[in-house]
Amino acid sequence: MKKIINGSKAVAEAVKLCRPKVLPMYPVTPSTHIPEALTQMKADGELEGTPITVESEFSAISACIGASATGVRTFTATSSQGLALMHEVLHTTSGMRLPVVIAVANRALSAPINIWNDWQDSISQRDTGWIQLYCESNQEALDTMIQAYKIAEDKRVLLPVMVCMDGFYITHATEPVDIPEQETVDSFLPEYKPEHAYLDTEKPITQGPFSGPDSFIQIKFEQSTATDRSLEVIKEVAKEFGEKFGRHYPVVETYKTKDADKVILTMGTLAGTAKDAVDEMREEGKKVGLVKLKAFRPLAKKELIEALSNASEVSVIEKNISLGTNSGAVFTELRSLLYGTDPIPKTVNYIVGIGGRDVPKIDLKAAVKNTSGCGDGEIFWVGVEEVVR
Amino acid sequence: MKVSIAGIISEPGNSTENKTGDWRTFRPVVDLKKCKKCGICAKFCPDSAITVSKEKGAEIDYDYCKGCMICMHECPFNAITQEDEEK
Repeated sequence: MKKIINGSKAVAEAVKLCRPKVLPMYPVTPSTHIPEALTQMKADGELEGTPITVESEFSAISACIGASATGVRTFTATSSQGLALMHEVLHTTSGMRLPVVIAVANRALSAPINIWNDWQDSISQRDTGWIQLYCESNQEALDTMIQAYKIAEDKRVLLPVMVCMDGFYITHATEPVDIPEQETVDSFLPEYKPEHAYLDTEKPITQGPFSGPDSFIQIKFEQSTATDRSLEVIKEVAKEFGEKFGRHYPVVETYKTKDADKVILTMGTLAGTAKDAVDEMREEGKKVGLVKLKAFRPLAKKELIEALSNASEVSVIEKNISLGTNSGAVFTELRSLLYGTDPIPKTVNYIVGIGGRDVPKIDLKAAVKNTSGCGDGEIFWVGVEEVVR
Repeated sequence: MKVSIAGIISEPGNSTENKTGDWRTFRPVVDLKKCKKCGICAKFCPDSAITVSKEKGAEIDYDYCKGCMICMHECPFNAITQEDEEK
């Protein structure tokens, strides 16, 4: 059924269809509409699971662990400071191999205090062992939520997933969204029945035990291997989802890259703007394409190199900054990835839209033009005054 | 060491399978000729890693002994000496 709804409502609809049993949530802008919509659904008798009002985001994710450890599907949503407050427990979730799914409405981190969109919150959590999938549209946010549980709960994965979506651009923007039927979702996503982590008084187990130097490194190695292995599962799930629902989201999406020598590499809603910018530049006769990174963790190394294999110039456009390297996280990882490939394309980094600064098509077109004229590895902050106070 | 996913312990009461003595850098050694089987070392051992019997005197369980050497300090007969642990 098609409905014109905002991204938060779309996510809430997806969550309802996934039938999580426990939903501990603590509202924080711009993810607030997600718990709001879900608790409304509960009040209206439409939601099967139990929302829990908790006292903080730290409690929300801790309650997710507790619930997931009993062997049920769980959900929470957060943003920015909320995600930062979860940090310690994010490591615990992935280390305990619990397939919790979070919707992250991406927002800047304080200070200065700012409620608008960038990716600093989830990028700052990249080493917590969570799978991170970024979304371009309301529809993609809904579709990714449903796939996220299937990926997380796969026996080859058993890892938590963050579904990352740009705050406001997705959460508050209204778009037509196709909401799948419950029956179809049920056939795609069966009930979660874990074999490793559950509560059974007849067969007691200990989860999250102490692990000394004799075993810790082994457990982390297996976790790392499972994270790498999840890439194939993400691809399988995307394919199955595409066959069933008619919408396919590759881990690395390419748009008009076949004959493109200049490529924009970005994530999230910026990809939508970039597609329009690419179309306009194509009309001007320029061979420009777009590569959209959907899965940031795990990093689809082979697919990313393949997607950029025809490009001689890559403009990496991102809404995060790794202070101390003066570059974005995607740029650093891409440069590391390209080392050893032949020929290596010129890569240039553009830090844009931090704290919600609008990123219009004209900025993306200017970036592509600028890349042709500047040196390899250069980094530009778009729209800032060259002053240091 | 065999480890399950996320270190989950799937059978209760199996803590005896985990040996923790490999932290030790010093090894206490009992000289049974000097040992009077008084049991003071066993009482002071923070890890309950010493048993004393009439037949065998003081015996140290090296699977759990951390090498703190409290036993050596407490032994009234200097029957326990310290050696470097070599691995």
